[in-house]
Amino acid sequence: MSKPMRPHGPGPKGPMGPGAPFKKGIFKRVIKTLFEFYPRLMPAVIGCILFSAIVSAIPAAFLKNVIDISKNHIESGDWASARTEIIKFVIILASMYVISIIAMFTYTRMMAVITQGTLAKLREKMFNGMQNLPIKYFDSNNHGDIMSYYTNDIDTLRMMISQSIPQIITASVVVTTAFFLMLYYSIWMALVVIIGVIIMFNVTKIVGGNSAKYFIAQQKSIGKAEGYIEEIMNGQKVVKVFCHEDECEDEFRVINEQLFNDAANANKFANMLMPVLNNIGNILYVVVAFTGGVLLINNATNISISGSALTIGIVTSFLNMTKQFSGNISTLSQQINSIVMGLAGADRIFTLIDEKPEADNGYVTLVNAKEENGQIVETKERTGMWAWKHPHSADGSVTYTKLAGDVKLLDVDFGYTEEKMVLHNIDIYAKPGQKVAFVGATGAGKTTITNLINRFYDIADGKIRYDDININKIKKADLRRSLGVVLQETNLFTGTVMDNIRYGKLDATDKECIKAAKLAGADDFITRLPEGYNTLLTGNGANLSQGQRQLIAIARAAVADPPVMILDEATSSIDTRTEAIVQRGMDSLMKGRTVFVIAHRLSTVKNADVIMVLENGSIIERGTHESLIAKKGKYYQLYTGAFELE
Amino acid sequence: MYKKLAESIREYKKPSILSPVYVSLEVILECIIPLIISKLVDNISAGCTLDVIVKYGLILVILALASLACGALAGVECAKASAGFAKNLRNDMFARIQTFSFENIDKFSTASLVTRMTTDVSNVQNAYMMIIRIAVRGPLMLVFALAMAFIMGGKMAFMFVVLAPLLAFGLLMIIRNAMPLFRAVFKKYDALNSSIQENIKGMRVVKSYVREDYEKEKFKGTAQDVCNDFTKAEKIVALNGPMMQFCLYCVMIVVLYIGSYVVITSHGLDLNVGELSSLLTYGFMILMSLMMLSIIFVMFTLALESAKRIVEVLEEENTIKDPENPVAYTGDGSIEFDKVSFKYSKKAERMALSDVSFKINSGETVGIIGGTGSSKSTLVQLISRLYDVTEGKVLVGGHDVKEYTLDDLRSQVAMVLQKNVLFSGTIKENLRWGDKEATDEEIIHACKLACADEFIEKMPDKYDTYIEQGGANVSGGQKQRLCIARALIMKPKILILDDSTSAVDTKTDASIRKSFKEFIPETTKLIIAQRISSVQDADKIIVMDGGMVNAIGTHEELLKTNDIYREVYESQNKGGGMDE
Repeated sequence: MSKPMRPHGPGPKGPMGPGAPFKKGIFKRVIKTLFEFYPRLMPAVIGCILFSAIVSAIPAAFLKNVIDISKNHIESGDWASARTEIIKFVIILASMYVISIIAMFTYTRMMAVITQGTLAKLREKMFNGMQNLPIKYFDSNNHGDIMSYYTNDIDTLRMMISQSIPQIITASVVVTTAFFLMLYYSIWMALVVIIGVIIMFNVTKIVGGNSAKYFIAQQKSIGKAEGYIEEIMNGQKVVKVFCHEDECEDEFRVINEQLFNDAANANKFANMLMPVLNNIGNILYVVVAFTGGVLLINNATNISISGSALTIGIVTSFLNMTKQFSGNISTLSQQINSIVMGLAGADRIFTLIDEKPEADNGYVTLVNAKEENGQIVETKERTGMWAWKHPHSADGSVTYTKLAGDVKLLDVDFGYTEEKMVLHNIDIYAKPGQKVAFVGATGAGKTTITNLINRFYDIADGKIRYDDININKIKKADLRRSLGVVLQETNLFTGTVMDNIRYGKLDATDKECIKAAKLAGADDFITRLPEGYNTLLTGNGANLSQGQRQLIAIARAAVADPPVMILDEATSSIDTRTEAIVQRGMDSLMKGRTVFVIAHRLSTVKNADVIMVLENGSIIERGTHESLIAKKGKYYQLYTGAFELE
Repeated sequence: MYKKLAESIREYKKPSILSPVYVSLEVILECIIPLIISKLVDNISAGCTLDVIVKYGLILVILALASLACGALAGVECAKASAGFAKNLRNDMFARIQTFSFENIDKFSTASLVTRMTTDVSNVQNAYMMIIRIAVRGPLMLVFALAMAFIMGGKMAFMFVVLAPLLAFGLLMIIRNAMPLFRAVFKKYDALNSSIQENIKGMRVVKSYVREDYEKEKFKGTAQDVCNDFTKAEKIVALNGPMMQFCLYCVMIVVLYIGSYVVITSHGLDLNVGELSSLLTYGFMILMSLMMLSIIFVMFTLALESAKRIVEVLEEENTIKDPENPVAYTGDGSIEFDKVSFKYSKKAERMALSDVSFKINSGETVGIIGGTGSSKSTLVQLISRLYDVTEGKVLVGGHDVKEYTLDDLRSQVAMVLQKNVLFSGTIKENLRWGDKEATDEEIIHACKLACADEFIEKMPDKYDTYIEQGGANVSGGQKQRLCIARALIMKPKILILDDSTSAVDTKTDASIRKSFKEFIPETTKLIIAQRISSVQDADKIIVMDGGMVNAIGTHEELLKTNDIYREVYESQNKGGGMDE
């Protein structure tokens, strides 16, 4: 995915760089989306904008009339007769103004609703879509990048919807109206204005282009500086230990100087654009005045749609229209940046929304069950007994299989990409209640196997059977509900400790949660927290130690009470002495369940029913601890410490 | 606060002054232009000759060009000044952070320091750019345009005196009502975003527990809440446009009606046709400048928060300073703790270390063992004065550590931190952190001692292999060995390894310790470890528990007398196999 330029913080931004950073048709889709979300408000808003834009273009024409009247009466000084004519115009104008202000008041308020509402709806669409994406998406996309859809891209879109779109409509209406008025009065002078406009466009292109070039360079330098700052801040303690402060400062100075150069250049061009355009506008004004003057003095024949002769009133209102014209073009040139960036943002937002959700063709579901006369029957209430409901499309019959936790992997191959297989011919038989352990170096494929069991990824070849049902037939949600997972990297959510434990089973009572915490050996430290189970956790439990976080994650899995558990380095951050204490809880947690354990500390897996040693995606040894030690193979080497795991 | 910030302008004072000067010139020119234009229009309407038009036209073009030049120059100077100011701010902050002690570093998180040096600085940069350009332009424009309106329109200009404060008041009311709303909603917005981030990071958990719908429901509520608050705030801001338009239209009507009255009744003497349209231009300028001021005000308040965060870093006082009359480090590698107590902050209730006393002779190997939170790392960090003791004394080489300069002390005490970092660069560059002048032979020797040479030699570019940021392309065990080698290159009198071989296999671990014994016997070695096997052959072992020394002795003595030590030993050796 090529990343288009991203703005950094508020402030002046460069217009589009070479090559549009968004797909064709995005603008159309944004507008379509707006109409879809607000089918009634949008036409009303556009109507209001059009009306108030037209009204703001008209006074120039009225001005001409008033000036001509004044001019005609200037000799006589007869106010009374002029007054009736003037007041007619003033009243028309005033009433138009009143309506225009009402229109503007209405549409700006409606626009606030539309903008925020659209953003909220898009945000929700993105979030909901995201929940349905496969894990693969999150593994292969940088989390920071996904996050920026919600922050940067939504922000640029807000700018575009709330400011740029109304301004562009207004400006184009004003420009068009003024243009036709000009043609109406005098084609010669209109030509002069058009030439001026062309020049202004070109200047915008040149100055803006330069500024864009440096803004892109600036983005790069910012990235570099940020990278360096982050690296040094992360290693600040090492810097101190080695007294390396001065060297770092010197290195930073060099990077910072580059950033300064790019920033100064980028802002230079961006700052110049306005004064340059404004003064070209002024010069255009002079040229128009000059042309008008020449035409007036020479009594040149006026070519116009109206066919009227050139008057001083026409020239003055032309001058005003020129001013309006160039002013609006400057405004437009300022909006180009935010339009381009808004569209680029919209493009990315739509890409996320359009992302293909995780496919699920499973039809076998998990239901509460009870046994009646030796038969398994489905029931509504929670019995503590679960069964797989397996409808057969062939004869319309339904069979029930008791959920036991029997997992088989038969001759499984898998690769994250098609070119590179990471697992080869994996065979695993886990009987209900057995503890199966995986050991092996980082990258040997231990975690990958567990990713296949809960179908975060689908196998390339072979079979996986869960209670003798092909797992592809099981609905993913039900499959996962039957599996408890505790990962090495624990993720807790903002909320109380209790909320976090309850995440495993949303309708669990406080009592159940505390029982689970006790089982996991977490109760002891939780009760010593300032507010016990009601202590608020934020930032992934930043105020807890890694070991404590792992204990909460174990409690969370315990409350879910699944028949099969996957423990992926679940106790790696707990020191050996504490682990020995937690182990008791873990053992009682694992009792009666099928458990898959991954650990690099071998003391954790010693008591497993079967230990699989993995190397490069293949199982190279399997057996109990004793048999593997007796074999004096790879496991023996690992266990005696003759071999390094990480 | 402003003074502190202003100190960073330095060499960019000149552009910082030139920029408003150019802006002022630009404004003056811009205000004169309509005046000349009105003259031109009058002349045209009076039916003047061509050369008069040419004369005024030329004046105008020259003025416009001059104004263009001033505007462009102001833009250039302003860009230079603000980018330079930002550069200096970043340099100053970076330099300041380099002087921080560990205590200072702990106070700010890495992420917050990065944000302060990037986003906050760019906010201040933008505000500065506004201040030296637009903030000068706005009020000047207001004054000049008002003056010109009076010169031209006489009494009619009084309408501006009435309208301008009215508009200003309106704008102020909008800001005053909207700003607190925005501030509150931005907090909620941040919370919403951080919950999204949490969700992305924890997606495996969400999916494992099949909580997608639960998360959607939770999100919907907060997102709607944010949306409602934003809409409320934006509706207030939306009043801005119609209010401006209202004032503008008032000006138009007043000018047209009263203006034409004055024109006609005075026979064009008090006010003529040309001036009438110029008056409109000035009216527009006045309103625009008020608008500008209100934008600046908002920008400024927003940047203020950023400025505060920057100054916090710049004003952070280093808590550990060099002594005024330092002694040179000439002693040996002996270490003595004399009734040392320590807590991380004054507010902390519990001591991290309390009443710790022991003595280590030069050249000894000392193991330190204890559970998580037993303050092992805290203990050794006091030796190289990464933190200062709260009570008691730490003596190194016969003197209190506070008597040496930090550079001197730390070049004698090498420390391999638990959370260690390699920097992006080649292996050699990383190792030279220990000693800039180290020869290749010295580097290789140190790597051999740390058992790093064996894997470095296997790498494609050997010692010139590029290490990615954070050492992402070497394994945990390799990284630890490189960090040990880096410390050895310093040739220190004291070497501290804070859990530095945890990812190294026991065999390599043992051979590293063996080479320490053989090749650097006179260096005092302190080894913190989780594994008993890493410390059992030490001269003495310190057992830490809850910030206190629980026992000191050799492996055999402790096995017999110390419960904690025995428990740790047993948890690792149950069923045998761990011992060689």
